[in-house]
Amino acid sequence: MPQTKTSWWSAVTALLLAAALLLIPAAPALAKTEIQFWHAMTGQLGEAVNSLVKQFNESQSEYEVKPLQKGTYAETLTAAIAAYRQRQAPHIVQVFEVGTQTMMLSGAVLPVYQLMKEQEIAVDWKDFIAPVVGYYSKDGNLYSMPFNSSTPILYYNKDAFQKAGLDPSKPPQTWKQVEEYSKKLIASGATKCGFSTGWPSWVQVENMHALHDQPFATKHDGFDGLDVQLLINREFGVKHLGQLAAWQKEHIFSYGGRAGAADPKFLSGECGMYMQSSALIGGFTKGATFKWGTGQLPHWGAPYKRATSIIGGATLWVMKGKPANENRGTARFLKFISDTNQQMWWHVTTGYLAISNSAVKNLEAGYHFKKNPDQFTAFAQLTKGTATANSQGLRLGNFVQIRDVIEGEMENIFAGKKSAKQGLDDAVAKSNEILKEFAAANKQ
Amino acid sequence: MQRTVFRSRWLPYVLVAPQMVVTVLFFFWPALKSLQLSVYRVSPFGDKSTFVGLDNFTKLLTDPDYYSSVLNSFVFAGGVTVTAVLGSLVLAGLATQKIRGLAVYRTLLLWPYGIASAVAGIIFLFIFHPSYGILPYFLSFVTTYEFNWLLKSWVAMTLVIVAMAWTLLGYNIAFYIAGLLAIPSSVMEAADVDGAGPVRRFTAIVFPLVSPITFYLVALDMVFAFFESFPVIDAVTKGGPGQSTELMVYKLWKDGFIGLNLGSSGAQSVILMALVIGLTVLQFRFAEKKVTYR
Repeated sequence: MPQTKTSWWSAVTALLLAAALLLIPAAPALAKTEIQFWHAMTGQLGEAVNSLVKQFNESQSEYEVKPLQKGTYAETLTAAIAAYRQRQAPHIVQVFEVGTQTMMLSGAVLPVYQLMKEQEIAVDWKDFIAPVVGYYSKDGNLYSMPFNSSTPILYYNKDAFQKAGLDPSKPPQTWKQVEEYSKKLIASGATKCGFSTGWPSWVQVENMHALHDQPFATKHDGFDGLDVQLLINREFGVKHLGQLAAWQKEHIFSYGGRAGAADPKFLSGECGMYMQSSALIGGFTKGATFKWGTGQLPHWGAPYKRATSIIGGATLWVMKGKPANENRGTARFLKFISDTNQQMWWHVTTGYLAISNSAVKNLEAGYHFKKNPDQFTAFAQLTKGTATANSQGLRLGNFVQIRDVIEGEMENIFAGKKSAKQGLDDAVAKSNEILKEFAAANKQ
Repeated sequence: MQRTVFRSRWLPYVLVAPQMVVTVLFFFWPALKSLQLSVYRVSPFGDKSTFVGLDNFTKLLTDPDYYSSVLNSFVFAGGVTVTAVLGSLVLAGLATQKIRGLAVYRTLLLWPYGIASAVAGIIFLFIFHPSYGILPYFLSFVTTYEFNWLLKSWVAMTLVIVAMAWTLLGYNIAFYIAGLLAIPSSVMEAADVDGAGPVRRFTAIVFPLVSPITFYLVALDMVFAFFESFPVIDAVTKGGPGQSTELMVYKLWKDGFIGLNLGSSGAQSVILMALVIGLTVLQFRFAEKKVTYR
């Protein structure tokens, strides 16, 4: 094989290096206690994390937080797991929302509420925004520190709206309007397609169920037990995805891939509307060459109620088994990032949601939202709607795999290979198997 | 052939030792670990693990998705091998003609080999992307058919096959050029005199004479398509649309490292290992008989 030679040499080099490292005496203990913090933020967001850590390190002299970028969310989690199994875990690891159940049941973490109690550091948990806290709490106690949270919103191309004779100050509020506006956009030649979506499962299945007060899974969306089954193949799910598939044929909807793969469809002006995470406001501000605005996610109207949307993003988990003095440093750092001023700074810098009500109030008082109305859209959607049992969040084991299954079937539906009912039935059947497997692995 | 004899009894073992250490450490040890994992159900953090016997295997073998990944792998490996071997033979044939600037052509033809397959995937992603790719833009002048591989399975599969085959071209071409240049010109001239056209010369002389190389490259490209295709898939389709480009190697990575289902992932790697060993043995047993060695 052509690569044998290179891998042989690199392996030998690695072995020699490892041997050499063993010979170097251990460095003398540093005066400061080091706190390892693994995260998955890249680019501008990575710089924001480094800046946040620097602010903490300079604010006191006992602890030094060391941030380390470990790749994507999935890679960071895998790295943390591997490190934990070798007793080399970092103190803090950033885990995406779909990994919540896995972390909670891992037995490898120290819940944040417990850490703060042990360290006698007072945190006003009541001040945290309900949809954020709810997603990461168990029995009313917060397990991980919310770090970067966002929720999907609607972006629309104001220039294209103008060209199509639509009011650029009025984004669509219902799906009927989305259809109507899309047709106008296409007919006028303003855009080639009506709308697209990022994160297909998160936006069009998970959030649409929450927004319409529909259950996503049994047992209170998984919060009340491991014996869970998905419910997305019921009337609402079939109706919504069936409609998207029909619209795909008319270019009213244009599927653009998973995660952020469809972003170019909006940025290039191909689609006039786009549903994607509120955390992209910053990116679109830099990347778009046209005027755009934001609105809340569209709703199907009666007979469905209107509830709040749900969040996505990641939280910081504290790994257990560290000495008390190090845990103290971890606790101080988490307290630092949850403070009102830091939350305001984090929100303004990154576009992620501020997680405390006091931070939101201060931002309002400082006219931040008046000056940046788009940054308020997400807050409005999360806090002004009715929070119901179906909009608290989702607590599913192996959720990453489930999301992957759902998105695979969505592609089959959009491609016309399966009907909406058939695709969703298959997604539910496969997901239920995954959930069964997870329950079995965690019951022993 | 002259036989080299070591005077010392232990010197050969010492010389072989580093390679053996590397092989054991980086190949045998992980393979054994996979074998062990494949009969356990392990929680992600490894704190709970139960012996489940052949459960992981029975689950896989009753899962239609797994069969579809096996089928995809064969379609992919077949497509890649045929494209890469035939493509490189044609290109190598052209690069052994008497033309000006031959050295430059030959160098350029070897270049794709220097490109990491993940990078190759990204290049193809940019060229073929339905939204911002240059090729769909040009195609839109010729046809209204949408080559949207985000939704059309056959387009997606073709795309990853071409991308993967492209990364193998340079290596294959190097072998074929060497093989073609080794064909004595007297043989070709004799055929010429006998009135054989280019096609006849190729089928009657060139192809049989390079058959050992073809055999080697088919075996190698096949193994590469099974094992080393991960970066291309991950960079371009991530297994989609649906599961239509989800190959065995991609599925086992996804189930293990994204789904954190290590037991199933272990079982999948055991099956894949057995499959590739089996294929290689088959190729050497049967295909080699038809090969003309000089």
